[in-house]
Amino acid sequence: MDERPVSLTLKILAGVMFAFLLAPLIVVLPISFSGDAFMTFPPTSWSLKWYPAIFANSKMTAAFWTSLVLATVVTTISLAIALPAAYALVRLKPAGAEVLSSLFTAPLLLPTIVLGLAILIVFARLGLLATFPGLVLAHLVVTLPYALRVLTTALATLPIAVEEAASTLGASPFTVFRRITLPMMKSGLIGTTALCFLVSFDEVVLSIFMTGPRISTLPVAMYHHVEQQADPLVAALSVLLVVLSLVVVLVVDRTSGLAKTFVK
Amino acid sequence: MSAATALAPALPPRRSRLGLIVALLAPIALINAIGFLAPVLNLARMSFYEVEPTGAMREVYTLATWAKMVTDSFYAELIVNSVSVSLGITLLTLVCSYPIALYLHRSTGTWKTILLVLVISPLLTSAVVRTYGWIAILSDSGLVNNSLGALGLPPQRMMFNLTGVTIGLTEILMPYMILALLAGFGRLDPRIEEAASTLGAPPFTIFRRIILPLTLPGIALGCLLCFVLAVSSFITPKLLGGGRVFLLATEIYDQAIVTLNWPLAATLSILVLVIFGGALVLYTRALRAIL
Repeated sequence: MDERPVSLTLKILAGVMFAFLLAPLIVVLPISFSGDAFMTFPPTSWSLKWYPAIFANSKMTAAFWTSLVLATVVTTISLAIALPAAYALVRLKPAGAEVLSSLFTAPLLLPTIVLGLAILIVFARLGLLATFPGLVLAHLVVTLPYALRVLTTALATLPIAVEEAASTLGASPFTVFRRITLPMMKSGLIGTTALCFLVSFDEVVLSIFMTGPRISTLPVAMYHHVEQQADPLVAALSVLLVVLSLVVVLVVDRTSGLAKTFVK
Repeated sequence: MSAATALAPALPPRRSRLGLIVALLAPIALINAIGFLAPVLNLARMSFYEVEPTGAMREVYTLATWAKMVTDSFYAELIVNSVSVSLGITLLTLVCSYPIALYLHRSTGTWKTILLVLVISPLLTSAVVRTYGWIAILSDSGLVNNSLGALGLPPQRMMFNLTGVTIGLTEILMPYMILALLAGFGRLDPRIEEAASTLGAPPFTIFRRIILPLTLPGIALGCLLCFVLAVSSFITPKLLGGGRVFLLATEIYDQAIVTLNWPLAATLSILVLVIFGGALVLYTRALRAIL
């Protein structure tokens, strides 16, 4: 593509809008080093006390572990369920495959507030509210469509000739899948893992309907904390979370290319 | 050549093949049924349940909750308010995102990747974190008011009102708008702009007569996406509105969790879906008019 000069007006406008877009993420960093008891910006004094304060806050640490275990379990189950489903839909092409895949990705079309309420009402009757299995099931409803979408795209774009060759040479369908298809889908699998983990770890709206005093996830605990008092504790926690997402993004970029995973 | 015919010799006979498909799809179908289909159908039914004056819910069908939407002016106002606020936020998001998308479309190489990461990274950060950042900027002891104070200007109330909600939601929706705009910028050919420029058109005329019309499909898609997200978002309106800004999504949450009036919450949810449907119809009409 040939280099085109970008007009100065556009440069300035884009720069200002970028500053606006990134402002809330940028201010969090200095606040996390605040020495004040309440949030003021700019802080009147500096300290490192809010980082150890996170680990002293039992509510936050408990919620962090819940979120971490939850995201890991949800990601594992998502892969285990979506991979066979993607294989069946793309490679075995059953009648009505398109209808089925739009049904399976339909939860993404529903606003999470509506989905959250719908799940709340049914799960309340099943006794799944504020339980770990309930949270896993609720998160799966939103992670599975993402996993299915990325994996079906990954499978459909694979060159089929290699699989055909292996199959012609006598490999069983399962061996072809394990030895040929799976290794070739590597970037799709990494993308799915990262996406499911981040979606589950960051999910607030569904979780807010599903959590209670007994069990809470980190975003929900942070939400309730901010609702009551916006002190620098959340800033320090936010910095750690931003670093965590950046690490995930970098890993994905290194292994499979960011643009390929997130922008079709 | 289709995959099925190519792999046919290696595949088991038809009957067990169907069995295999069913087995592979059963888990996802089960979760879809328990976590999506059943809850959503149940929600539609719930909106017709009766609520006694004590607040207890009875499994008796009534149109009372739906009648309330028409007769109680609070709900009519709530709907009009939600739709108009969301429309305003969508327009503002478009205006703020357009320059970034255009700039991104024109940049190349590593610089483009860096900018793309900057656009996507807020998307990977929890809405709670970004809203918290806006509290730091907009609160009474935040960046804006401390700067105003330093300049000797009177403080402005920027939080716990519509201003705060609008600013916060606009920023939160920008990445979605930018990505949607970028997806629709494919028709933008620099050679057409060059031709117009060579023929003597001033930059603003090129923008108005060439760039803007060519990017209308992306604009329509981005606006649909952001409107839908704005109507249904509630974390930011709740935290930056501080219970003083009433929107459909915050009201659904309050009715579901605080007041425990599930039929009312269900009815409001279905109204949200109806608004979605309306937006989708408008979008298809707009797209047909553009293309």
